[in-house]
This record gives sequence, structure tokens and C-alpha cells, in this order.
Amino acid sequence: MTYRQPILDTSPKVSDEIRKTTCYMCACRCGINVHMKNGRVAYIEGNRDHPINKGVLCAKGSSGIMQVTAPSRLRHPMKRVGPRGSGEFQEISWDEALELAVSWLKPLRETNPEKMAFFTGRDQSQSLTGFWAQAYGTQNYAAHGGFCSVNMAAGGIYTIGGAFWEFGTPDWDRTKLFVLFGVAEDHDSNPIKMGIGKLKTRGGRVIGVNPIRSGYNAVADDWYGVTPGADGLLILALVHELFKAGKIDLEYLARFTNAPCLVKADAGPENGLLLRDADDKLLVIDKRSGKPVPFDTPGVRPDLGATHQGCRTVFQVMAEKYLDEKYAPEAVAERVGISAERIKGFAAELAHVAFDEAIELDQPWTDFRGDKHDKMIGRPVSFHAMRGISAHSNGFQTARALHMLQVLLGAVECPGGWRMKPPYPKPVEGHPKPHCGVTPGKPLNGPHLGYPLGPEHLALKEDGSPARIDKAFSWENPLSAHGMMHMVISNAHAGDPYKIDTLFLYMANMAWNSSMNTRAVIEMLTDKGEDGEYVIPRIIYSDAYSSEMVAYADLILPDTTYLERHDCISLLDRPIGEADAAADAIRWPVVEPDRNVRGFQSVLIDLGARLGLPGFVNEDGGAKYKDYADYIVSHERRPGVGPLMGFRGNGEGVGRGAPNPDQIKRYIENGAFFLAHMPEDGSYFKPWNKSYQDWAVKIGLFDAPSPYLFSLYSEPMRRFQLAAEGHGDRQPPDHLRDRLKQAMEPLPCWYTPFGDEDAEDYPIHALTQRPMAMYHSWGSQNAWLRQIHGQNPLYLPTGIWEKHGFAEGDWARVSSPHGEIVVPVAHMAGLNPNTVWTWNAIGKRKGAWALEENAPEATKGFLLNHLIHELLPAKGDGLRWSNSDPVTGQAAWFDLRVKIEKAPARHHTEPNLPPIKSPVPEAPKHRRQGEKA
Amino acid sequence: MHPAPSVIVFTVLSGLGFGFLAYLGAGLVVPPAGWAAFLVWGLGYGFAVVGLLASVFHLGNPKNAIRAFSQWRTSWLSREGIFSVLTLLILAPVALFEIFGGFPLATLGWPGALLALVTVFCTSMIYAQLKTVPRWNQWLTPVMFMTFALTGGAILSGFNVLSILLCVVLTAVLVAIFNVGDKRLADSGSTMETATGLGKIGKVRLYEGPHTGTNYLMDEMIYVVGRRHAQKLRVIAVAFAAILPALVMLIAPEGSLFGIALALIFHLTGAAAARWLFFAEAEHVVGLYYGAR
Amino acid sequence: MTELPQKTDRKLGLVIDLDICVGCHACVTACKGWNTENYGAPLADMNAYGEDPSGTFLNRIHSYEVQPSGGGCAQTVHFPKSCLHCEDAPCVTVCPTGASYKRAEDGIVLVNEDACMGCGLCAWACPYGAREMDRAAGVMKKCTLCVDRIYNENLPEVDRVPACVRTCPAGARHFGDFADPDSNVSRMVAERGGMDLMPEQGTKPVNKYLPPRPKDRPAAAPLTPIADVKATGVAGFLDRLLEKL
Repeated sequence: MTYRQPILDTSPKVSDEIRKTTCYMCACRCGINVHMKNGRVAYIEGNRDHPINKGVLCAKGSSGIMQVTAPSRLRHPMKRVGPRGSGEFQEISWDEALELAVSWLKPLRETNPEKMAFFTGRDQSQSLTGFWAQAYGTQNYAAHGGFCSVNMAAGGIYTIGGAFWEFGTPDWDRTKLFVLFGVAEDHDSNPIKMGIGKLKTRGGRVIGVNPIRSGYNAVADDWYGVTPGADGLLILALVHELFKAGKIDLEYLARFTNAPCLVKADAGPENGLLLRDADDKLLVIDKRSGKPVPFDTPGVRPDLGATHQGCRTVFQVMAEKYLDEKYAPEAVAERVGISAERIKGFAAELAHVAFDEAIELDQPWTDFRGDKHDKMIGRPVSFHAMRGISAHSNGFQTARALHMLQVLLGAVECPGGWRMKPPYPKPVEGHPKPHCGVTPGKPLNGPHLGYPLGPEHLALKEDGSPARIDKAFSWENPLSAHGMMHMVISNAHAGDPYKIDTLFLYMANMAWNSSMNTRAVIEMLTDKGEDGEYVIPRIIYSDAYSSEMVAYADLILPDTTYLERHDCISLLDRPIGEADAAADAIRWPVVEPDRNVRGFQSVLIDLGARLGLPGFVNEDGGAKYKDYADYIVSHERRPGVGPLMGFRGNGEGVGRGAPNPDQIKRYIENGAFFLAHMPEDGSYFKPWNKSYQDWAVKIGLFDAPSPYLFSLYSEPMRRFQLAAEGHGDRQPPDHLRDRLKQAMEPLPCWYTPFGDEDAEDYPIHALTQRPMAMYHSWGSQNAWLRQIHGQNPLYLPTGIWEKHGFAEGDWARVSSPHGEIVVPVAHMAGLNPNTVWTWNAIGKRKGAWALEENAPEATKGFLLNHLIHELLPAKGDGLRWSNSDPVTGQAAWFDLRVKIEKAPARHHTEPNLPPIKSPVPEAPKHRRQGEKA
Repeated sequence: MHPAPSVIVFTVLSGLGFGFLAYLGAGLVVPPAGWAAFLVWGLGYGFAVVGLLASVFHLGNPKNAIRAFSQWRTSWLSREGIFSVLTLLILAPVALFEIFGGFPLATLGWPGALLALVTVFCTSMIYAQLKTVPRWNQWLTPVMFMTFALTGGAILSGFNVLSILLCVVLTAVLVAIFNVGDKRLADSGSTMETATGLGKIGKVRLYEGPHTGTNYLMDEMIYVVGRRHAQKLRVIAVAFAAILPALVMLIAPEGSLFGIALALIFHLTGAAAARWLFFAEAEHVVGLYYGAR
Repeated sequence: MTELPQKTDRKLGLVIDLDICVGCHACVTACKGWNTENYGAPLADMNAYGEDPSGTFLNRIHSYEVQPSGGGCAQTVHFPKSCLHCEDAPCVTVCPTGASYKRAEDGIVLVNEDACMGCGLCAWACPYGAREMDRAAGVMKKCTLCVDRIYNENLPEVDRVPACVRTCPAGARHFGDFADPDSNVSRMVAERGGMDLMPEQGTKPVNKYLPPRPKDRPAAAPLTPIADVKATGVAGFLDRLLEKL
């Protein structure tokens, strides 16, 4: 009998049409091909032409179809009818919703705009939301960076004029050693996975420095299971070793950093600032003449070892500081949790790859001084870090230390090193300064957020008290460049610095996983004053989904999902990009919403027009923009420069050009993104590269070339230290002086995280990580992803596991100085011996996200947030210190210390909050995506 | 393996039915013509057919069950289906002759009896062939199925002495299969290290499963039964399937319907327990991937 | 037809690089997305929003820890697993209805759902857990190696690879013909010591796994100081250091 098999159609029709847009299952923003069948979304894959993901797509992106069809999608505008937290809502029309919002917002604007606080969460349209808030006139606006990774952003901007996040990238094609500090599985996620794969396939090596050996650390060739909060100390020990062995790129330091600048030694108000000429230009000593000259003098050979009128160079100060034996590997090993031998080996490997395996590109280039270089020297060591090292109270200095390490190796912006993506590099001086000048009925006097260069840029009231509700840019955290969303609700509730009237939130789950101290925040949201009114009287909330926060708002403006909307991923905001190309992208409605919902940005523009905000109305008072799509195309931030750079003017304009009504159409035809390549001789050494600088001006990234030196030594920080020492008009309160002196150290330093102080009774560090297959809280509504991560155990290292005699299926009581939780535990051997951890934001409140009340997310899942307070435990000094970085206000999530004991197994994790009534109908029981009708 | 009731009913009853049919076909039992023969043959056919029907409840898509007769070249399940139908067809004239004619049709009866035993053997081979379930993948599995069929058949036939002898054999087989079975997974050589290929590095343990909920594989193939619970059930299985029926057959007069019924009830209870254990204790190697072994 | 073909013209399959897989589950949902819309019945998700969600997936990622026998810290290994398209596929031969078969032209093991009665025996016969019964359709589902992609003339040629391979961000999955010794997959297997899973089961899997490269090497020798700072002082040390410039 011959072998028979069925006849198969191996070329079935794939789909009716492919619509290309941009993913929004996380912040990575990959290009996607959305396959349509009969007008519905049938399949989502990566767009091969897209600069970010080049065709690949992660677990979240490929599950987008389950997000677009999730039963948790909000359906109508809603007005709260029951008490806050009850989930009792009444559906209303958009007109009624918008008029209600206007009736709250308009009188506030005319009398006291600061009573309106507008904060956005996982939003990617901050250029619009900030513009709107500025036009409204409140100083109380920010996005969520303050509780996310502002340390990483600010640490980078203040040091090298660029940051990790998705704003830079290892030179994956050339790097030989990639060093990853801390958990970083979220931003730039697909490019990092692609890069690691590419690097390892080429035979390159990956080093992981992380208390937990999972994710990228699982594929690391060498793993350093550092103790949380000690990364900075480890880095300084590496710096110590490199200094001692002279394994430092001296040429690079002399040319491109402020290492040769001169530190003023005279006592007085300028002590410790850098020597400048009459034109305020930094001075260096030219080796050829021995004379001080401006740093940008053509042909200058800055002398790292010079002294001038008693001033030493930054380099000398650094050498003295970091050669100190307190940074010797032997001295730090115990605190860092890694043996001195391994720390030394680590330093040796960095030096070996950077200097012995250096690479050269035959690519001549000209620097900003006009000096010509006939080739590009590369140090093929690259670094990346994100929230892992930044979410500590010493995270800013740790981030700076890591950048210093990169710079000492000469490994920033060189072939094989770490490179920035346009619009970066951009010196700290090139960023806006914070503004808080409020005039009722008028716009704010400038953008809210920025990078202070000294105390004069703080957002303070006349009496020196914080001007902003979140106390950003105050003496408590002067460089809080992203605001401090995590403080807004508790400050507003406490009336400290003042009370507000309306809290306007977008896509921020403050009643659950986005708040520290979740239960207390819920109480603050529902707390009433003596007058029987809520202490925070009005809350407007926009979200696409039935998140926990919905029940705590008074007015719900339902947003669309990402495939039903216009968006722009703009160079004015947080663009996508490549190290050798500027890029931006759009989203467009590949399907129309089947519910009564509107894209939040369009709603905001509508509200702007209804409120008559400047910039949102024409001279005749009519709406200036029809919707967000119209704004994206027509808005000009500066003449000829708008949200999108591609296809401007007649369609040929790149970066600059008049608005082009066909712009969105052209983007759609181009795959929903635009890419502008920089000249080949401009794609490395960008902060100092003439060719790059000229190109950046041409495409409108800035209006004049802005070369700068890397700030190993930070003058802005020294200015705050001077204030703490008593110099200057603006003076900090006395109780903050010592802290400022320590935290604003102008050279990267390390100090014990605040959470470690007085924590002897809580010997264990507790961390969270974000699973690669989930993003924030919203993965749980995704029928595919929640099967992968439907509950989260607390992972315990072998020592703790055995000491307490834990077995599979056991539970533990976990307590911190602030609270306790009771949760399931599991064993993990690849874990720092003093660290426990769990996945972030898997735990859900019963009744939220259209899940059944007995869903494992609600019964077995949990948050560590309950253990973390936004304030530190009382120290007996009568003051309450915030649990955040004293430089930037970054929430110190990872400072958490706990103790653990065995607890009887149970049906519910503790705390077990009562269910909230779901504002959306019950979900269907079973699903069969693609069911043939 | 998940001890699905449908599969337990299927294997226990069809084994009993075909076992009894073997005695009937071989003419070892010749009931008086008429109602008596009808009832006796009906009992054999009834057990066999109810058992086979129960197996249909195990199917996800029974409309294609007819195709199960097609793959006799490679599939023991297909063979089992074919032989069971063949047995029932060949024995039908034998039964009719006995019911209406009152005499056995040995020409068809002997082949029918043989086919009945082959059917039970095929059933057993569905399990015994599976390398993936080392506990089943041994010669004791067909021996156990055959012994059950013959013992049940002997009890139904009212052969006291034979029943007692077979009960002794069954006791030995069960004790043997329990004990040998316990070592089979270890002897199979399959471990988490071979399953993952990571044994060259060292000892492997599951740190995080592929999903936090359950799935078909875990529900179907990863069934964990407590050791003490299993020990208790093993005693019950042997006691009810073999020892108690033997005692009944020892005491009851030859041919006592009450004795047969009582012994049968004991035996079936024990058989069900043994079969439950047969599944519940069987470790599928896929469990290694889930760290469940 | 559940007899295995005498030989297959090609041996298509996957190479999975355990040195690179970061365990992101991208291949899991890309597979689900493609296959629920294509070959055969859609892939059900039972209790999709409830207490015990349980769906059909054709590819899953396990995560293991390996404690090196020579000491040192435990290593985490992410481990994707789908049908290995075995040469001696026991899932095929046990099938009573002829629904399971191995294609003669390329060795892909498939289930003809029109003939499957959902008895589950093939899943029992598979040591790897590569087959899952769809609880809504009642038929057996498994990796098809995207047989409806790899030859699909409606797809651009570059996309004629399984969905999991196309989507894998780390590039840990490779598709090719193992019958051709010069193919990408054959070369990788030769160079990196590609291995079979559970070889003792005698299934002769076509898919191969590349083992993780050795990890946690002994620390490199420490750097040599250019001078003893205690002896020279910082200034003296800097003189020595900056001489190099």
C-alpha cells in the first residue's frame, strides 16, 4: 500500500489587507502589521521595515488582538452616582461629560489654576498634554517618570546629555561586551533582545549585574548577584581599579569631557564651581602654551594634570576621590555582595575589551573645534541600565556613576560603545527650566518640567515653600525633572503644600499598582472632610480599560485602544529612533471603535477649545483643531517645526517645513514611521561631531549647533551644595542642609539607601521585576497573557527557603516597617542570598479589569506596594522624610526591606480588599479568536 | 495520568465482558437455551458493549470514531476496535445458536473466544506500548489486563475453583505490577536532565512553569496521588478484586447466583480501584518538563 | 495515514538556541495568533477571564534552574518547547483514525482535523507534551511548523518561515532543512553541539536544541596598578599616569 496523506492548501489567503501602525502594548513602540479580515483585526506581526523592531515582535505585541477586544474596555462616558469606590456609575453622553468637565475646570482656571492638578501615566503624548496644561495655566502637571525611572533620565542628562531608556543604544553591530545593570526588561525591550541575540551569536559576551538571575540575566555569560542598592558602590570600586591601573581613556577625557576643567579653590560663593572666561566659557589649560583657553579653542590640547592659580583639574579631584582605599574591592565586597576577586576580574575584563580589543573605523570626521580626525577609535564595551539601579534613594548618584564609568572607558558615542539616538545628545543646558508662574486666566509662564541648573530654577513660592503639589523642584528633591506623581494624592490629601480642587488623571492606576501604600491611597481618595465633601473634591479620569482607578473617579472619559486612535511618537516628546537616524511614528485608527469612546488626546483638544485655552482656539474663539490628527499635522511648536518631522511642506521637507495636510496619509503609506539618516561621518561622537551638529540643525532638532563637554563634574549640583553651605539668596530649610550637601555631591558618590537605615529588624531586600510578557497592570485583561502570568509567587533564595523550612505550596507573612502581606512563595536558587522578589503588578483588585472575582490575579496575586510607604518611618526628629531620591524625588521602590515568616496556606493573599463593582458587563466565559462564523 | 471515569469504566467492563465472552465462546459455559442463554450471553455482550460505549465519552470528536477501524497496521487502539467488533460479530451466531438452538457452535465459538482475548490484549497494548508512561510500558500490563479478564470471566461463569486460582494469580500480578511499576520511571532513564538536555551542566529544577494556570497536558497527564492514599487504595484493590471474591467463591456453593453476584461486586469494586490506580499512579514523562516527577 | 513514510525528502524543523533565549514568550503568542486564525479549528481559551484559564497553545516556554555539578551559582535557562517533528513519531503510529501523519515531502507531523476523533492517545504517546487537545473543538492541536506559511505564495518570500521564528526578538529560533547538511540549521547543530531531547525515548526528534555556552568563568586576573598610590601620593601617581599622554 502506498503512503497516502491529505492534500493540503499550503497557500491559503493570509488576510484581506495589512494596515501598518505602531504597537502600544508597552513603551517600546514597535512597528506592526495589522492583518485585517472582513474588517476585523485578525493577526498582528512585526513590521520588517521598522527601525525599532525590524519585523520581530514580543509576546505583548503579538497578543494585541486580545487587548483590542478585551471585555474590560470602557464603553461610555460615565458619571459617578454611588460613593467613591463603589463602582456605581451612570452612562452619560460625551456632551454632558465634556460640559461637566468644563464646569469644573473653567472657574478654577479663572480663579486659581493651581487647584487643578493634571497628571498622566503611561502616556506617550506629553508634548501635547504639557502644552495643554501650560495653556490652562496650572503649574501642577507631570507624567509618571517620577515613580518610574527619572533617576536614570536625569542622571544621564546631567552627566552626558543623554540617557539610557530608549534614548540610546549599545552599538550592537560592533560591541564586544555588553554590561547590563539591574532590571531593564521594559524600555527598548525588543531592540535589547535583538541586540543581545546578535552580540552573543557573534561570540560577544554579556555581563549581568542584578540580584536576580532571570530574563536577560539568564543569558548573561557572567552574572554578578549584587545586593540591591549597592550597585553604585560596585561601580565606584570598578572605577577605583581602572584608575589605579591607568586603564582610562585619557585622550577622550581631555577632549570631550570636563575632566580638564579647573575647579575653583577659593572659599566663598563660587568655591567648587568651574573656571570660566568673561564669555562664561569653560577654561582649560592648553598643553601647548600652558595658558588657560576656552575649551573649544581650535587645536587645543587640554591638560588633565594642570593646576592654575590654585585650581586643580576635575581629573585631579576625581583621582584623589576614587583612588581612596574606601573604594577598593576588598573594602566594598561585603556590602556589595560580590567577592573582591570577582570585582577585580570584572574591572580587568572591562579594561581588556575597551583597550586591548579597541576597534578603528576608517571614517574621517571633524570635531566641534574644527580638529580633523582620520579615523574613529572605538571602545567596544557598552552598558545599559534602567529601573533596577534607579529606583533607590541613591539611584541618581548611581546612574551618574555608571555614566562616569562609561566615559572613563571612552565608551560613549564611539564605535562599539553606547550611542545616543536623536534628539539626543542634548546638553543639560539645552533643556527647558521648570516654570511655576501662575496667573489666573492666563497660561503658565513656561513649560512645567525641565532641568534646573541651580537653586534659581527651583519651583518655589515667595516664602520658599514648594510651588507644586508634588513638591517637585523643591529643596526636598531639586532635580525632579519628571515631577513626582506618586506624591500628588498624599500631598493633596494632607493639604501639604496646599489643597487642590480637581485632580485630572490619564492612564495612571493610582488606586492600585501605581501607588506606594495602596490601601492608604484608596482611603485618601475616599476620605471626606468635616463638610462632608471629599478631601480631594473632584477627580476626572481617562483610561481605555476598567482599571482599579476607575471606581475612584467622579467623571470617566473613556479612551480608545491603541488600534482605534491617532497618536504621534514625536521628536518633541519621546521619539523612537536609531543611533544613526532620527525617527518618529504615528498610530492611526486601523479599526473604528465599536463603543462610545474617544481618543483622550482628541478629548483634551476639545476641552482646550471649550475652555478657550490659547493655542486651542482661533482668534474667533472657534476650535483650532478638529481632533488630535489635525493637531498632529497642523500644530507648530516653532515655525516650521511640528509634532512630526517627515513629509513636511510640499511633502519633501524633513524636520522643517510648513504643515502638510497630507502628512498622516504619507506616514501611513510609509509604514506609519519616518526615518531621517544622518551623514555617515556624523553618526559617532555626535556631541562633538560637526557633521552631526549641522545635520541636527538642518532637520530642526535645535536651531544652532550645540556641542558640549560631558559633565563628569556637575556644576549644577555643586550650586545646590553651595546653597546648602549657606551661599546665595535662595536658601534651603536648615533641616535639609546636611542631606543636600551629601546628595548633591558634584562627583558621583555612593551612600547607604535610606531604606537601609534602621532596618536591622528587616534583613531582607524585596524587589519586583516586570515580566517580559506583561506591561504594567494591563496585561491581566489579556486572555492570552494572563495564562502565562496569572499569579505571582514571592521567590525566595535557597538560604531563606531552607532556613524557614519552606516547601512547594507554602505561604509566608512578609512584613516591612510599614505593613504586611501574606503570599505564596517559591524557591529560586539564582538569587542574591538577601533578596526576595516577585513579578510586578500581577495582583488585581476583585472586580477590576473585567475578571471574575475569583480570578487568580485577585486571590493568589499580590502587590508589594502595600509594604512600601511614600514616607520613611519616623526618625524621631518630628519630620517625615519622603521615601525617594533626595536629588530627583524618584520613588525608592527598591529600597524596600522586609522580614519573612512561614504562614499557613490560605485561599486569599492578604490584604484581601473587598470587591469593587465592575463598570463594564461580565466577560464571556470562553473565547475562540478567529472562530469561523 | 488523569483517572478519567470513562476510561476506567471502559477498560474494566469491556475486560470483564470480553473475558466472559471468551468462556462462553469456548463453550466452557453452556447455558440452557432460551431466556437463560439470552441472559448469560446478554451479560457478556452487555459488559463488553457498555464498556466500549463508555470509551466514546472519552472522545473529543466522536463523529469521527468510525475512522478508528482504519489504522490496524500501526495502532493498537484501532486493532482493539476492530477485534472487539469482530469478536462481537463472530460470537453473535454462537450466541443465537445457544439461545435458540441450545447447543454451542464450536467452529465459530473457539475463534470467537480467542478473538475476545485478543481484544483484551489489544486494549492492554494501548497502554503497554507507551514508552512515555514507563509504569505501563512493560509485559505485566497485558498480563494484568488478561488476568482481570479471565478472573472476572471465571467468576461470572461460576467456576469456583478456577476463580480462586485466578484470584491468587491476580493477587500476585497486582502486587508485582505495583512494585515493579514503582521503579519503572527511574529505570526508564528519562529525567529532567534528559528531558531538557541540560544534564551536562548539572542538576535541573523547574523555576517557572510556562503558564501559571493549567492546561490539557497538566490535566490529562500530570496527576499526583498521595503515597499514603495510594497505599491504602492498593490494599483495597487487592482485597476487593482478588481476596474477597476468592473467599466468597470458597464459601459459596458451586453455581450459587448469590455467591457469583457478591464475588462479582467485590471484584468489580477492586478492579475499579486497581484501574483508578493504574491511571492515577502512571507517571507520564511530560511531567518532567513541569517539574512534577 | 499513520504509517510513517519510509523516508522524507526533506527534514524541516527548528533549531532553538538556549544560549540566547531570554524567555520572553514572544514565540508563544505569535504562534497562538497565527494558528488560531489559520490551520484547522481556532485555538480555544476556556475560562478566558475566570479562575482557571486554560487555552490551547502549540508552543510554550518553561524556565529551569541548573545547579552546575562543578559548583558555582545556579543558571537560569529559558526553554521553548513545541513539536519536534520526530522521525520516529510515536504520536503518528498510535493514531487509530489516520488523522495524525508525517508528511513524506518535508517530514512535518500534522493532524488532519477532519479525521481526528479526539481520543488523545497521540498526546499520551508524545514524550514532549507537544500536543494539546482543543477543548472547544475536541480535536488534537499541535505545531504545524506553520505549513500554511512556509510555502505560502501569498506571503513575501522572506516571511515564509514559522510565525515563532519570524517574531523571535533574540533570534533564538531558526528554521531549516536538516536533511541538507549545508543548511543553516545543520551547520549550527554541527558547530554548537545541537542536542536531542529525551533521546532514550527513541523518537529521533528533528528539532534540535543548542546548549547554553559555558557560564560564570573564573574571574580574570586583576589589573596591575601603575604605581602604589600610598608611596607616590596622588600627585605622584597622576604624574606617572599622565606621562602616557
